[in-house]
Amino acid sequence: MSHPTLAKGFVNNKPRAQWHDKALWFVREKRDRMAHGVPEWEELRQQASAIKIHTMSQLPNYLEQFEKNAKALGVHVHWAIDGDEHNRIVHEILQQHNVKRVVKSKSMLTEECHLNPFLEKNGYEVVDTDLGERIVQLRNEPPSHIVLPAIHIKKEEVGECFHEHLGTEKGASDPNYLTEAARNHLRERFCSADAGITGVNFALAETGGFVVCTNEGNADLGVSLPKLHIACMGIEKLLPRASDLAVFLRLLARSATGQPITTYSSHFHGPREGSEMHIVLVDNGRSGILQSPEFRRSLNCIRCGACMNTCPVYRRSGGHSYESAVPGPIGSILTPLKTPESHSSLPFACSLCGSCTDVCPVKIDLHHQLLAMRGFLDRKKLLGMSKKLSMKFVSGLLSHKWMYTTAGSAARTALRWLPRFAVYNPLNGWGKQRELPEPPKSSFRDQYAAHKKQSGDKS
Amino acid sequence: MKVALFIPCYVDQFYPQVGMATVRVLEHFGVEHEFPEGQTCCGQPMANSGCMPEAKPLAEKYIDVFDGYDHIVAPSGSCVSMVRHHYDAFFDSSDEKANRVRERTLELTEFLCKVLKVGDIEGNFPHQVGIHQSCHGLRELRLSSSSEVMTKRPDMLRGLLDNLNGITFSKLQRNDECCGFGGTFAVAEEAVSCMMGEDRIRDHLDSGTKVLTAGDMSCLMHLEGIIRRQKHDIRVMHFSEILAEAIGA
Repeated sequence: MSHPTLAKGFVNNKPRAQWHDKALWFVREKRDRMAHGVPEWEELRQQASAIKIHTMSQLPNYLEQFEKNAKALGVHVHWAIDGDEHNRIVHEILQQHNVKRVVKSKSMLTEECHLNPFLEKNGYEVVDTDLGERIVQLRNEPPSHIVLPAIHIKKEEVGECFHEHLGTEKGASDPNYLTEAARNHLRERFCSADAGITGVNFALAETGGFVVCTNEGNADLGVSLPKLHIACMGIEKLLPRASDLAVFLRLLARSATGQPITTYSSHFHGPREGSEMHIVLVDNGRSGILQSPEFRRSLNCIRCGACMNTCPVYRRSGGHSYESAVPGPIGSILTPLKTPESHSSLPFACSLCGSCTDVCPVKIDLHHQLLAMRGFLDRKKLLGMSKKLSMKFVSGLLSHKWMYTTAGSAARTALRWLPRFAVYNPLNGWGKQRELPEPPKSSFRDQYAAHKKQSGDKS
Repeated sequence: MKVALFIPCYVDQFYPQVGMATVRVLEHFGVEHEFPEGQTCCGQPMANSGCMPEAKPLAEKYIDVFDGYDHIVAPSGSCVSMVRHHYDAFFDSSDEKANRVRERTLELTEFLCKVLKVGDIEGNFPHQVGIHQSCHGLRELRLSSSSEVMTKRPDMLRGLLDNLNGITFSKLQRNDECCGFGGTFAVAEEAVSCMMGEDRIRDHLDSGTKVLTAGDMSCLMHLEGIIRRQKHDIRVMHFSEILAEAIGA
């Protein structure tokens, strides 16, 4: 379904849409306060952007350096061209270790590759250990936000879900009680897991290590007990040096949730004794984006979600309306790049307000890329006949002054004389909830000519 | 100084009073002006729809019509931003004529503040004014500080109205959130667009706004459409109309 259709469904439940908007705006405001507290905020953004642009320009070299250093730390390094290969590789590693139960901390990459359904189909038990992720997993739905996966769900609904799946009291909605129940439930899963899967926030070419940021410590628990840790990362997650982390860790949490730093920033540099560590490096379309001057900078994204929190469209339409692992402004670039046919409405789910560009900690020119994406869809002939034809028509009309002025005059006259039902009909999308402008008798150009004549007469 | 008026197509056809207020404000400050008759539209609706080949002839027309002027002034941040920031797709960076016209295209408050260096304006406007920060003026032309960026910039529109006798300003909950117009977005995403507009108006109603203003008539067209449908007691005026009324021009 297209974004406008799904968004309309969400907006139709107005109290809920308003509640969703307010919840995200709360996070956005927290982010503003935190950013204000860092006098060098804009310099940090500039530096982060420069580091990312540089890294992307040298990505193959840094990837090789990372592989070499990771192997030296005793890590098994795998390469996957796409999501299917990624899933196969993970499956093979799990098979080799006779794994039955997997605990997984939040990873947008595994979401992008649809790892959970793949593993479940192959007989594994996969438990998402991030609380929000666990809630959406129990509800059998995808996350609606990359940092706050269950932001669209009210605590009463979490209570219902936990009552059904975890046996909590019926009607309970106290966050402490529900969290405690989830904690106990997850603890059992941590203790019985044979393998832990994590994502990667930052990988370091210089050391071969990587960093995973969580607020719940679930990634650490998930990989500390089992003897197998598989980390899955997109190839764009790389930073050249360990010292670059100083810039990104300060920006990430402040932009994401308005915290000074994530509660846990866990550094992994090789397996513990008697354990194994694997890293799967996934391309899945990224090297193609890297070749595109128009959209290359979308790879700089550190997945903080700030563009979603600030986006007035996302806040009112909900994450599921994007039908994409990564929703919101950045998702509306990344997703149609990969599947333009099925996601051609996403670049238009944007008023081009530019708030996403201004909030982005790595200075991705998001709203300009969304605009460019519309041209990309046009070149792929995916705009839709009615839009293309009407734009062709209007362009032709506006190219000739006499046609434009005649049409303008005719439209104004018609609007003044037509009965209301003829103007406000189902075909008029503007007029459903809005009045049209009151048509004046004469255009500006006529009034100006009269004004000039009058002042000329006077002088 | 030879100044050309760039009056966006929808202002020409539906809001001539905004164009005329612009004329009166410019005359108040002694600016000689012309309205190049050949102008129609800058091409923004097509470009924003992704139809670049359809936008191109209009961009070329714009550059032809407006070459030869010292400044081209428009009461619309959005159209100015189209010309200044989004014509790269149509002209080579070495095209001197296009570069010249693009650089000289200015939004009205920008022209008053940067070129005329207008200071405190004498006049009366004893009303509570709510400023709608139009996104393109705000984040593309940087006519004020956006709440996301930590760099402080002067608010040009507010600065020009600040000294008027009797004027007060609304303090909004969300200072610079988008109104939801967004060109064809207003129709393509009608549900979200109208909810955004309603939310903006609610913020103004809660803050006591009696006159709602902006530097862009397009945002105001959308907000006024909702205000009139819902019959709220808010007068909608383009910034140039307030200024013209206040100075008695």
